[in-house]
Amino acid sequence: MKIEMKNISKAFGTNKVLEGVNFTVQSGEVHALMGENGAGKSTLMNILTRLYGDDGGEIYVDGKQTHFSGPLDAEQHGISFIHQEMNNFLEMSVVDNMFLNKEIKNKFGIMNESKMREQARFYLNKLGTKIDVDKPIGTLSVGRQQMIEIAKSLMTNAKIIIMDEPTAALTENEIAQLFEVVRDLKKQGVGFIYISHRMEEIFEIADKVTVMRDGISINEYSTKDVNMKQLVKDMVGREIGDFYPDRNPHFGKVSLEVQHLSEKGVFNDVNFQVHEGEILAFSGLMGAGRTEIMRSIFGIDPHNEGKILIDGKEVHIHSPQEAIKNQIGFLTENRKDEGLILNDSLRDNIALPSINGFVKHGIIDDKSVNDFTNMLMKRLTVKAQSADVSAGSLSGGNQQKVVLAKWVGSGSRVLILDEPTRGVDVGAKREIYDLMNELTDRHVAIIMISSDLPEVLGMSDKTAVVYEGKITGIVDTKTATQESVMTLATGGSNDGRTN
Amino acid sequence: MEEQTKVAEKGEKSTFNFKKFISKLGPLVALIILIILVTALSPGFIQPSNLLNLLRQVSINAVIAFGMTFVILTGGIDLSVGSILALTGAVTASMLASGTSAIIALLVGFLMGGLLGFLNGVLIAYGKAAPFIATLATMTIFRGATYVFTNGNPITGAKMNNSFLFQFMGRGYLLGIPVPIFIMAIVYLILYVLLHKTTFGRKTYALGGNEQAAYIAGVKTKIVTMWIYTISGLMASLAGIILTSRLSSAQPDAGTSYEMDAIAAVVLGGTSLAGGKGRIFGTLIGALIIGTLNNGMNLLGISSFYQQIVKGIVILIAVLLDRRSSND
Repeated sequence: MKIEMKNISKAFGTNKVLEGVNFTVQSGEVHALMGENGAGKSTLMNILTRLYGDDGGEIYVDGKQTHFSGPLDAEQHGISFIHQEMNNFLEMSVVDNMFLNKEIKNKFGIMNESKMREQARFYLNKLGTKIDVDKPIGTLSVGRQQMIEIAKSLMTNAKIIIMDEPTAALTENEIAQLFEVVRDLKKQGVGFIYISHRMEEIFEIADKVTVMRDGISINEYSTKDVNMKQLVKDMVGREIGDFYPDRNPHFGKVSLEVQHLSEKGVFNDVNFQVHEGEILAFSGLMGAGRTEIMRSIFGIDPHNEGKILIDGKEVHIHSPQEAIKNQIGFLTENRKDEGLILNDSLRDNIALPSINGFVKHGIIDDKSVNDFTNMLMKRLTVKAQSADVSAGSLSGGNQQKVVLAKWVGSGSRVLILDEPTRGVDVGAKREIYDLMNELTDRHVAIIMISSDLPEVLGMSDKTAVVYEGKITGIVDTKTATQESVMTLATGGSNDGRTN
Repeated sequence: MEEQTKVAEKGEKSTFNFKKFISKLGPLVALIILIILVTALSPGFIQPSNLLNLLRQVSINAVIAFGMTFVILTGGIDLSVGSILALTGAVTASMLASGTSAIIALLVGFLMGGLLGFLNGVLIAYGKAAPFIATLATMTIFRGATYVFTNGNPITGAKMNNSFLFQFMGRGYLLGIPVPIFIMAIVYLILYVLLHKTTFGRKTYALGGNEQAAYIAGVKTKIVTMWIYTISGLMASLAGIILTSRLSSAQPDAGTSYEMDAIAAVVLGGTSLAGGKGRIFGTLIGALIIGTLNNGMNLLGISSFYQQIVKGIVILIAVLLDRRSSND
């Protein structure tokens, strides 16, 4: 089977997300699709599977122009899409999830459970995994759920499987197992579209790679004819050198220090310090415990042991209010769920952590709040019509700046930024990096959690690497490489015994 | 690219205003149309004496609905207000009947409403009970307690009518205007300032818009939640005092299904049951719409059976219109 997408275009409102994109994939090959967030990869795939309509272009299946009527039609034609967010019903069993909406039933509408179990086991065995199909799917690791997704695809007789960032939350072992399955299925004639921005994986698993940037396909290569440098250049449109601003840090005294911080089963004996004016990156795989450590420091989640010191003095933080009082700010990884009140105005969002400071005789002084938010929006270059528009109406980059404005406004001297540039387009990324530099110039200490290794290496002064709830090393970023950080992040040490 | 986002945001802005217009002024327009309609059908409606009568009838529901507005703005609901009204009314009446001074009796009744509301707040904020379930349970408990306390009989007594203050609350006049209207107006002003001019109000909106984000921004979400249910309880007991005074007696089944009228007033006023969006002015209008409907249909001699159907249809239309304007 061969699928050709020609000249695909798509706009959301006035925002053109795809312009004349070409992409081809066929049975028995793994074709990687690379690009920054917002480059249009997922949109392209959603058009292929008809989750979205397109505004122009043609799709050919085995040379014949085809028009799928919807996701189900695409699936019946042998195209299966494994989304990054798997949307499983966590309380339901594996078999119930696998057969959701495809239940095997008799003519009275009664389900044949033993047959469904048998089939579920059959397809899982085919992938060489043994999974108890009666277990609630939520009790299984993400890696296992991924296997179940693939089994589901096979059940629909998929010829082409689209995988969107399949390894984002997998452990090294699970990745190895996944790749084995992919290679195996490839031999059986299944084709893969593999969306990822992890370079190493592309070179390990893909036969071809197409790079997208700003809604256009830049280049298609055979993986063996291209190197990493070229791909990065295609992705960001310039040499990586000027992607990050120069940093000239001046460290002051220790601002935040954490000693022996532990929470049973979550993280263990965490020790680090961050100085005024310093950016300390936290690197590691998803699920390693980086976010959990920060949530605990900020008082959202508890810890059962350890000390937190601010300016050398021990503080006890049991809630975000206490963290804010100690001049800590926390930009969370999920700004829509935790960072912003999307229906509220920018003003209400920005002023919220500082609102108690604007009260005169019990009444909020609206004029001061206005001046305060206007000043912060200007300083953080938030692009919006006015402070009255709702936070939900802004682009990802501008939303992120609103969250930053909130914490700068509350007087944070320690800023924890959890994936600060996730879902932010390239231009706004650079602006956020510039802001981070400006803040550290003003002696703010920044802790930056990032899963983006180039960002860690480009923006931080030191890098703490977390693996399974422990800091496996804190390295000077100047001397670190992607490989050395990755080794620590996967539980290896830097003395040569990798993996 | 930047230009494009700017344009997009501008476009958003202009439709935004239209939506704002509908959600802000829609209820007011509806009320005016309703008043014109009722006046045309029954000119007696617009007589000052009838309008004062209408406002007095509205006052009890309005006071409860003002408290309910805070609750619904946080995405919660308080089903127990009718039962709180009955229980606190009975306690106040029995104290008065046994000769306690009116100041003390009224204060105890009023504060008891706050305490019962506080209990709801604790169950919801600390017990993490869903507001619907928690207040459904306390609604039943408080109603049962009222029956136990009153033995199922109304509480009246000659001594109750000895107190000028008590009579004044429900039956008094000031400058020719019934006192419950003044109470409604004062409560409205206080809660208006609380909701729109203080940090407490700002936090109420934040809590309803996104509880987790509010918590991370340093809002003491649990404490705000407890205060909000306390306010709702206080408004219910205040309404209970007005009602008891007007009837000169406390009925054990007083306030039954008042929670529904209060919720209807809040929703008619454009406040979203999902929380985070709405205004107390809307609730005032919502309560007036319900009052005008009741009063107008009485004037027109429509049977109370049909009245219920009409009221239900009006609520449905309001909700459907609101959905259309917010989906735009």
